[in-house]
Amino acid sequence: MIKPLMDWLDRRTGCRAIVHDALYENVPGGARWRYVWGSTLTFALAIQFITGIFLWMGYSPSSQTAWESVYYIQDVMKGGWLLRGLHHYTAHVMIILLALHLMQVVIDGAYKAPREINFWFGLLLLQLVLALSLTGYLLPWDQKGFWATKVATSLTAAVPGIGADLQRLIVGGSEYGHHTLTRFFALHAGLIPGAIVVLLVAHIYLFRRHGLTAKEPLKRQDCAFWPDQVLKDAVACLAVLATVLFLILRHRLFSSHGPLGAELGAPADPSEPFSAARPDWYFLFLFQFLKFFPGGTEVWGAIVIPGLVMFLIFLMPFIGRWKLGHRFNLGLLCVLLLGAGLLTLQATSQDRANPTYLAAVKDAERQAERVRILAQSAAGIPPAGAATLLRGDPLTQGPRLFAQKCASCHRYDGHDGLGVQPQGLQSASDLKGFASREWLAGLLDPKRIITSNYFGGTKLHEGKMVKFVTRDLGTNSPEQTAKIEKIVAALSAEAQLKSQLAADTRDASLIAEGRNLIQNDVKCTDCHQFHKPDEDATAPDLTGYGSRRWLIGFISDPAHVNYYGKRNDRMPRFGADQVLSTPEIELIADWLRGTWYEPGVAEAAH
Amino acid sequence: MSDPAITSPSRRDFFKKALAGLIGAIVGLVPLGAGLVVFFDPLRRKSAGNGKVRVTNLEALPDDGVPRKFPVLASRIDAWNKYHEVPIGAVYLRRTTEGKVQAFNVVCPHAGCFVDFLPERGSFLCPCHNSTFAVTGRIDNPTSPAPRGLDSLETEVRDGKEVWVQFQNFQPGRPEKIPVA
Repeated sequence: MIKPLMDWLDRRTGCRAIVHDALYENVPGGARWRYVWGSTLTFALAIQFITGIFLWMGYSPSSQTAWESVYYIQDVMKGGWLLRGLHHYTAHVMIILLALHLMQVVIDGAYKAPREINFWFGLLLLQLVLALSLTGYLLPWDQKGFWATKVATSLTAAVPGIGADLQRLIVGGSEYGHHTLTRFFALHAGLIPGAIVVLLVAHIYLFRRHGLTAKEPLKRQDCAFWPDQVLKDAVACLAVLATVLFLILRHRLFSSHGPLGAELGAPADPSEPFSAARPDWYFLFLFQFLKFFPGGTEVWGAIVIPGLVMFLIFLMPFIGRWKLGHRFNLGLLCVLLLGAGLLTLQATSQDRANPTYLAAVKDAERQAERVRILAQSAAGIPPAGAATLLRGDPLTQGPRLFAQKCASCHRYDGHDGLGVQPQGLQSASDLKGFASREWLAGLLDPKRIITSNYFGGTKLHEGKMVKFVTRDLGTNSPEQTAKIEKIVAALSAEAQLKSQLAADTRDASLIAEGRNLIQNDVKCTDCHQFHKPDEDATAPDLTGYGSRRWLIGFISDPAHVNYYGKRNDRMPRFGADQVLSTPEIELIADWLRGTWYEPGVAEAAH
Repeated sequence: MSDPAITSPSRRDFFKKALAGLIGAIVGLVPLGAGLVVFFDPLRRKSAGNGKVRVTNLEALPDDGVPRKFPVLASRIDAWNKYHEVPIGAVYLRRTTEGKVQAFNVVCPHAGCFVDFLPERGSFLCPCHNSTFAVTGRIDNPTSPAPRGLDSLETEVRDGKEVWVQFQNFQPGRPEKIPVA
């Protein structure tokens, strides 16, 4: 049945001869492992085409949807992590395979006549594959890809003459945005793969035309491409696949938690500084190389010298005509690979020893983790994109704003909110756990109120409140201590902190007694207003103390008569004087009050 | 290119061919398999149905039982985006003789076009293939290609004034009313 069908096809297409030519190419000297690299590269390319097309079905290239679509493929679509992981790590492995193939070709002198043109086609293919890596790195539109590519493309401005225009063409405008993505994607999925296919067909055609010239004396008997060399090629491809799968699964091999597949950083935010920006490892040697070229001379390090090196490699077929020339080519390749390797090592070790960089990497990981949690919440990703999720997240923005605007005077658990020790003296309270029972207990503790964690650093350190707490409040008797405990609970309940909701509900009667004590027993209401209007009040209103509304009002204008009035020390009127915008004040207030989205926790009313 | 100096096919040769073929199949199928799993993801994804949504108030409906079209606003998930209060479809609402409200999905059960209501004829007309439907939703013209009448939806009047509808889409082109998953 099969044979008549094949005869029919063969009479019309000549397919038998084609298959025979493809499979039964003579391999003089027998199949060898060193010949496998070209096939592994073709295999890697095939993986990229297959996985790339399926990824293409889910990817959306715009600045509002790129990250979001990659996140969706990676985290939501079944098998998406594997598909993306294959695409990502095959690209990495392909760089190594390119180096191995180039090494084998140069070592075996396979660039010599008549193979010069094929050698050049190979070099062009090398550059096209690197261009695929460069364009692909940007497409997820995460912080890392965005900033790394931004740096790489700004180098094009160093090209003499046409540099600025060239940069505009690549970026699709003066700023990175929609058109950068669409241009890069057209290059990555269309133009460059098309060029690679054309060149690869030419490359294979020329290779088959010239055949193999094995080194004399021949090691083994001649054999056919199929099955002997194909078997070696297949085993090598299997090893490549195994390596890629290992890279995908490596974090999960010994623990059940680690990330699966390729990483995805936080969404690109042009306004968000990213000190952990680095190109991917295979370009680190260029990144390191540029460090030796100070301002004004980048054109040498970025364009001239790499260009000259590439030109030398192109000249290898001519240089290699003489025995010494071949040795020179080998030496050059050695020096280049070693040099690139050393530069890469130097770059990574410098980064590892750089505390700012390491802190930035940790911060980037935290943000990537946080944005995923927010994306998975019931509110989902808004049409404006996932970058807005982090911008509106108190847990992310609160510490930053605090460090920038508050930590010159205040502290948060002894540091500036981001873990750094501020330089100057602490001249305002430590706000960790503000309005919680523990914090208020400290405020009403004669030993603690005078420390810099409360009034100690302010001009009120000898004011009426401090005097009241240290002299009149008294903590001698157990009754007094019990009273203070109730007052603390009642005052803290005014804030309606998310973390204290359960405790506040449980202690409702205690809180009621505390309220009574504040109003009628202890002398708080001599100075403070509390639930009843009092025109003679000279101290901050305790009604709703520490609640969202109260805190936003306080930060906006601490010198308002509801708060410190004329007694305000040095705290700026952040809202009234427009030092901070309303959303920024809200983010700080929400962060200080511990109100941010947590998965699995019911949202509390403000 | 000369033919290889191979004499006769040996068992080892067959083993090599089989192994090469097997390994080739494995390495080819892994990326293809990963791609296909992701490709088939939409078949796996069932959208969670919405509960009832408030469409309008009772006083917006004419007393004489003439149908009126209203957009249906609800949450919609589109892959990675969640939209809140966006149009997800439309319904015709009319007061029935018993003082209740009847709702029809505007989508024609034939091929999915939006059906119009023509007040001068007192019936629905689908502009694509000219199906006529009575105000009760029943097919009115014998030449209609529609397999069933307009799709009615569950309604509820809350607090004596709010009209709530269980909005759903149904598969066109079938005689049975099957919800689109």
